[in-house]
Amino acid sequence: MDLIHNLEIGLGTALQPANLLYCFIGTLLGTLIGVLPGLGPTATIAMLLPITYNLEPVSSLIMLAGIYYGAQYGGSTTAILVNLPGESSSAVTTIDGYQMARQGRAGPALTTAAIGSFFAGTVATFLIAAAAPPLTAVALKFGSPEYFSLMVLALITSVALAHGSILKALAMIVLGLLLGLVGTDIYTGTPRMTLGFLELADGINFVAVAVGVFGIAEILRNLENEREREVGVKTVTGMMPTRDDFKAMSGPIVRGTLLGSALGILPGGGSVLASFAAYTVEKKISKTPERFGKGAIEGVAGPESANNAAAQTSFIPMLTLGIPANPVMALMIGAFIIQGIVPGPNVAVERPQLFWGIIASMWVGNLMLVVLNLPLVGLWVRLLRVPYYVMFPAIMAFSAIGVYSINSNIFDMYSVALFGLVGYLFFKLGCEPAPLLLGFVLGPMLEEHLRRAMIISRGDPMIFLNRPISLGLLIMAAIALVVVFLPTVAKKREQVFVEED
Amino acid sequence: MTINRKDATAGALFIVLGIGFGLNAWLTLDLGTNLRMGPGYFPMLLSGALILLGVVVLFHALSIEDEEWGHIPWRGLFFILLGPVVFGLTLEGLGLVAALAILSFITSFASIRVGPVLAIALTIGLTTFCVAVFSWGLGAPIRLFGPWMQVVGLGN
Repeated sequence: MDLIHNLEIGLGTALQPANLLYCFIGTLLGTLIGVLPGLGPTATIAMLLPITYNLEPVSSLIMLAGIYYGAQYGGSTTAILVNLPGESSSAVTTIDGYQMARQGRAGPALTTAAIGSFFAGTVATFLIAAAAPPLTAVALKFGSPEYFSLMVLALITSVALAHGSILKALAMIVLGLLLGLVGTDIYTGTPRMTLGFLELADGINFVAVAVGVFGIAEILRNLENEREREVGVKTVTGMMPTRDDFKAMSGPIVRGTLLGSALGILPGGGSVLASFAAYTVEKKISKTPERFGKGAIEGVAGPESANNAAAQTSFIPMLTLGIPANPVMALMIGAFIIQGIVPGPNVAVERPQLFWGIIASMWVGNLMLVVLNLPLVGLWVRLLRVPYYVMFPAIMAFSAIGVYSINSNIFDMYSVALFGLVGYLFFKLGCEPAPLLLGFVLGPMLEEHLRRAMIISRGDPMIFLNRPISLGLLIMAAIALVVVFLPTVAKKREQVFVEED
Repeated sequence: MTINRKDATAGALFIVLGIGFGLNAWLTLDLGTNLRMGPGYFPMLLSGALILLGVVVLFHALSIEDEEWGHIPWRGLFFILLGPVVFGLTLEGLGLVAALAILSFITSFASIRVGPVLAIALTIGLTTFCVAVFSWGLGAPIRLFGPWMQVVGLGN
């Protein structure tokens, strides 16, 4: 049993005292930022990335992973008690979760979210463990043409599954790719598009871009309408769901987990899409759809399971192929690189302790999260009384120290301010920042594989169509692109996200 | 005729950026050939794609309803963006403690709810916390007091 053996290696690493501690810190931080609206896992991981430089590679990656799935747990608490999504992936949970809270059933709603998340987290952990070895084996056979086509597919699907205008998202990807190319050309050593700035010789600082477009732009969005948060439910009593509740939640939890796991693997999918899709599915198959919006427990169980499952399975393409499915995974790739590890299929082969340690830590972390979230819910409720205006300078201070510590380069501070402005401008223009960041990370890789492929083929672009795996990947990309532009699908696509408004 | 100002602006911006990147690549970089792509080849390709997408977005804007811009938080925009710039200008001269205090103080004013007293309290609290956590706790290699602080007898 390879699976069991691998998980044993992983647990051996994950259960070391130091790693347990960092797993706990990660999940605690994740819950914290999940509970607080206005600070997401992308910005948090970007800020903390530089600080992980001093940690052991395993410890730092375990902690950063914990922040991401921890945020999925924390987000539901705010959604249920305050009717605000603590995390964008909990946006649909507000619909029925808050109604349950108003009916005095906040406790069962929170418990349902935690049980669903834990079940989903457990299943997703095993899924990663089962899917990783075969995918790694395939990926090891990939050459440059295959990698190029795979990245094209990843970029196209990330647009198809994101919400908002497809055209603008495509343009944001291309812009991201261009920004990613700024710096020194690796083949000739020529400085490219640096506008004469010597500081840009190593390229634009990735963390500065991430902090700018996700962290600072988010603060500016919050400043648009400052309002007090009202904690609708002051005390939570009676956490235990009734027997009927258990019966009602089991189906949605299983369906949400499966749906979330599938959507998490796809580029651009991730936890937000998963929760929206799960809610839509539950409402559609329910015998009593009119109960939705009025405190239906299925409307909490489905999305909350789906978002946690997706948060975890989105690690699969990152761990096995070295390709990020969403901005958080792009940052995780950055974390690998800071530690001097090139993410990709070789990680599982050369560093099994690290690879399986991260996977096993997810299950350990999920266990910690149930404890953190259920008995300690009162603590989180109190945290919600922290006014927003305290958070703005705090986020700015953490970001500044974090970004500066990467390269000790003053220039990066100006990049942060610039990309904060750019991120906010694009938000105002209705353009999503996620495709930009994905393009930014993939830009240099995409170009390198393109150039290598052309050298292999002696300048014949047909190489991408002559190699079967590459051709298959490109056909899938073409289908994805055609499908999202079909009028009926475009309409459906809007409907999935419509509940958000 | 309706025109969606958001999309029209976005489209125009993409076109301008595409032309900018494209000109830069064309004028300063070697394009190379299909076989041996130069440093300018891929940027040139992408610039063309960006201009094309910009044109499509711009034309599409002519056929959809206009949207409101919404409120723009000028005060917040000013103080939040000023923070990191001033931090960058002062960090190496003043050291972490003072630069952090200035950053916290400036960005505190981003919120309309914060006055001078609250800003000072936030500054003291945040600076102490950050120095304790990042400098003493995590050992971030940033000098606490820079050369400019010698005037007041701190640093070296």
